[in-house]
Amino acid sequence: MDEAVPLVELSGVKVLYGAERALDDVAFRLLPGEVHSLMGENGAGKSTLIRVLTGALQPHAGALSIDGNPVRFRSERDALRAGVSPVYQEIDLLPNLSVAENIFVGREPRRWGRIDWRTMRERAAEVLADLGLTVDPTSELGSHSVAVQQLVAIARALTAEVRVLVLDEPTSSLDTDEVGELFRVIRELKQRGVAIVFISHFLDQVYEISDRITVLRDGRLVGEYLTTELLRVDLVAKMLGKGIPLPHERQPYEDEADGSLPVLEARGVGTASLKPTDVSLGAGEVLGVAGLLGSGRTALARLLTGVDRPDRGVLLIDGDPRGLASPRAALAMGLAYSSENRRAEGIISELSVADNITLALQAQRGALRRLPPARARELAASWVEALDIRPAQLDKPAGELSGGNQQKVMLARLLALAPRVLVLDEPTRGIDVGAKAEIQRIVGELAEDGLSVVFISAELEEVLRVGDRVAILRDMHLVDTLPSAAVTIDSLLALVARPTETES
Amino acid sequence: MRNIVRHRLFWPALALATLITVNSAARPQFLRVTMRDGELYGALIDILRNSAPLMLVALGMTIVIATRGIDLSVGAVMAVSGAVALTIIDGSSDPNGVGTVLIAVVTAIAVAMVLGVWNGLLVSVFGIQPIIATLVLMLAGRGAALLVTDGFITTVNSEPFAFIASGYLTVLPFAFFISVAAIASIAIVERRTALGMLTEAVGINPEASRLAGVRSRGIIWGAYVLSAVLAGIAGIIYASNIKAADANAAGLLIELYAILAVVLGGTSLQGGTFSLAGTVLGVLIIQTLNSTILFMGIPSAQSPVFFAVVVVVVVVIQSQKVRSWIRALGASGRNRRSAATTEVAS
Ligand SMILES: Nc1ncnc2c1ncn2[C@@H]1O[C@H](COP(=O)(O)OP(=O)(O)OP(=O)(O)O)[C@@H](O)[C@H]1O
Ligand SMILES: [Mg+2]
Repeated sequence: MDEAVPLVELSGVKVLYGAERALDDVAFRLLPGEVHSLMGENGAGKSTLIRVLTGALQPHAGALSIDGNPVRFRSERDALRAGVSPVYQEIDLLPNLSVAENIFVGREPRRWGRIDWRTMRERAAEVLADLGLTVDPTSELGSHSVAVQQLVAIARALTAEVRVLVLDEPTSSLDTDEVGELFRVIRELKQRGVAIVFISHFLDQVYEISDRITVLRDGRLVGEYLTTELLRVDLVAKMLGKGIPLPHERQPYEDEADGSLPVLEARGVGTASLKPTDVSLGAGEVLGVAGLLGSGRTALARLLTGVDRPDRGVLLIDGDPRGLASPRAALAMGLAYSSENRRAEGIISELSVADNITLALQAQRGALRRLPPARARELAASWVEALDIRPAQLDKPAGELSGGNQQKVMLARLLALAPRVLVLDEPTRGIDVGAKAEIQRIVGELAEDGLSVVFISAELEEVLRVGDRVAILRDMHLVDTLPSAAVTIDSLLALVARPTETES
Repeated sequence: MRNIVRHRLFWPALALATLITVNSAARPQFLRVTMRDGELYGALIDILRNSAPLMLVALGMTIVIATRGIDLSVGAVMAVSGAVALTIIDGSSDPNGVGTVLIAVVTAIAVAMVLGVWNGLLVSVFGIQPIIATLVLMLAGRGAALLVTDGFITTVNSEPFAFIASGYLTVLPFAFFISVAAIASIAIVERRTALGMLTEAVGINPEASRLAGVRSRGIIWGAYVLSAVLAGIAGIIYASNIKAADANAAGLLIELYAILAVVLGGTSLQGGTFSLAGTVLGVLIIQTLNSTILFMGIPSAQSPVFFAVVVVVVVVIQSQKVRSWIRALGASGRNRRSAATTEVAS
């Protein structure tokens, strides 16, 4: 292995948040033309290390050198100038600007001093096409799904003069196809000598793309390894400090043949974009939903839970037709929805973890019947423990938790309501291997206790593992619902991807 | 020490303390409180009394701002409520009767409430931007008040009515008790029920709150009603003080001072977490500053400039960014890395 001069070298990095130590004496280096994965549990300090590297955060101690020369980034601008281009875990784009504006904001192409809109649109369309995405560059960013927004953030990073590309969970809501396109782009950059930092909780992706792996645990460096020399079991053991938890084996769901009514049934519900859809969900059943980007997974979830109103069709709850006027009305009937977009539609960042967890319950009781503070804290504490939210500090603003832990807070908020139907849109997005198995286990246990779950995930393997049946969506159309036992990952992949023409 | 400096009320409290210190150094009589006929008098007592209208309006503004809104119509609502109260007293056969004054006050507050319902309707149901929605009343309200008073400055001589602004309850001014009652009841309602937390949730992230089942429409609507009711009471105190309804001057520019008080108190104009105690400090800062300007005999033409300078200094010192720059400067001087700051969106 040639030991070239590292492009970037960080050493002795220490970061404190108040009294809490997020990083302690961490070293990290990047060679030119390598893909280097940063691995660790939720809250291990990956994003924090990234923020030090991109100048977004000033560490309390530590040295940084580029091409062997010591430097100091006082701001993200300094880092950008040195060629460090970041894509953060939480999408920090401007939803009310167009896609093209978001890609070029701050460095718009100019002609005679004025913004050259045409060039901007064309170049935006080019980079997006390079990532395999065809969206109108003039459309408003906020109107797109999280996956598209994630790709736009990546496109933004790519259009800069990049020497170091930093990708913090760029694939957390992408499907296999988009991941493939992204990896192709990453390999091209590698050829040009760009160094890439890659963070993901998907081990397959890490092993596919990276040359080297650095593992963090509890803010400390565990070690740096060559990917080819590190077995997966060893990687997981190094990350968790223990072996991998076993996936939960659930008793298969028994469709009660006594003709009991489905808890939730949709008959022909649809909107202008989503074709009429039939779904039925029994008590204690888990329905996995599989589909590609833009296939209508989120649209369906929102119709089932009163977030959006269907233009046609009826929803039946326990066999009675119900119009759901709002999420509030749906929650009152026990239908809870967890959005895929935790930053815009989930976490109330400045409120405490405890307030975030009890928010829905409090809203349901009404403003005037406050949960007694002692009980609210007890309840929040019990969910923090059950979902292993770390750090277990009830008064910490929820926005200061690591991404995966924020996801758990959202889940806790809904579980605290003891709903009858839980619609989870990408509930394991950004969650580490250990916690993912944990959430799958919890969903399984709740289902055994009679809770019905709709489980949406871009990860097909997870959909099959958790779901008793899988609903397959394609092009805003529910094509089929099959028992999970009847499909394999490969056949499911073929089903979600098959072009619609072959059907007719 | 560090924790004290970090406390969100530290800077407003320090600003107020500095103002008081400067004042008492410049004029020793500033701190003097004298007892006359069992009633307390002095510059400090004046500040407590005269701040009542701004206090009420700023408290309402705090809640509205917490919901990501703004209420520009408070001054106009004050004018309307004063006009309604005085017209009723003026037209009655017994302007000195306590009953008359009570009817006048209750009617005026009821009218203010209706105006708040209107604002809330525009914002929470029709989804009009708060600044535009309340601008409607800000512009139309004074016209309505003039209509009520037939275009005149109605003056009255009513003992019980004058008592509201100038009377004493035991040793302290009655108006001060109105302030205290408003502060206490709002603090209790917001913090002893879940209303405060839900209001903050709606202000921080409206869509997440909606998905969590929070009744955001009702919460936002309620904030505008509260703001208008408090402005209505403020209008009554103002009218009682000058014993007249002056539709053009009542509450003029008070919306700006109220917003200023909220900001001085450390509540962000972006909505979300709010601090009632901060607003109270903000109001006292403004009122003390006014008293200082009067005392220093600054010509009225220049007093806004003086006011602006002090406000800019306070606001700049409070700004997170400026403080982290100062800290960074200090730290690099000592050749050390500065404290971690949170991520700044690019
Ligand atoms: N702004 C902040 N204020 C206070 N503490 C913070 C802040 N950001 C992160 N932390 C804390 O620092 C620690 C490391 O967080 P970080 O976001 O780096 O984790 P991560 O490895 O990226 O996790 P994930 O996989 O969940 O994204 C966590 O304990 C977190 O609670
Ligand atoms: Mg992270």
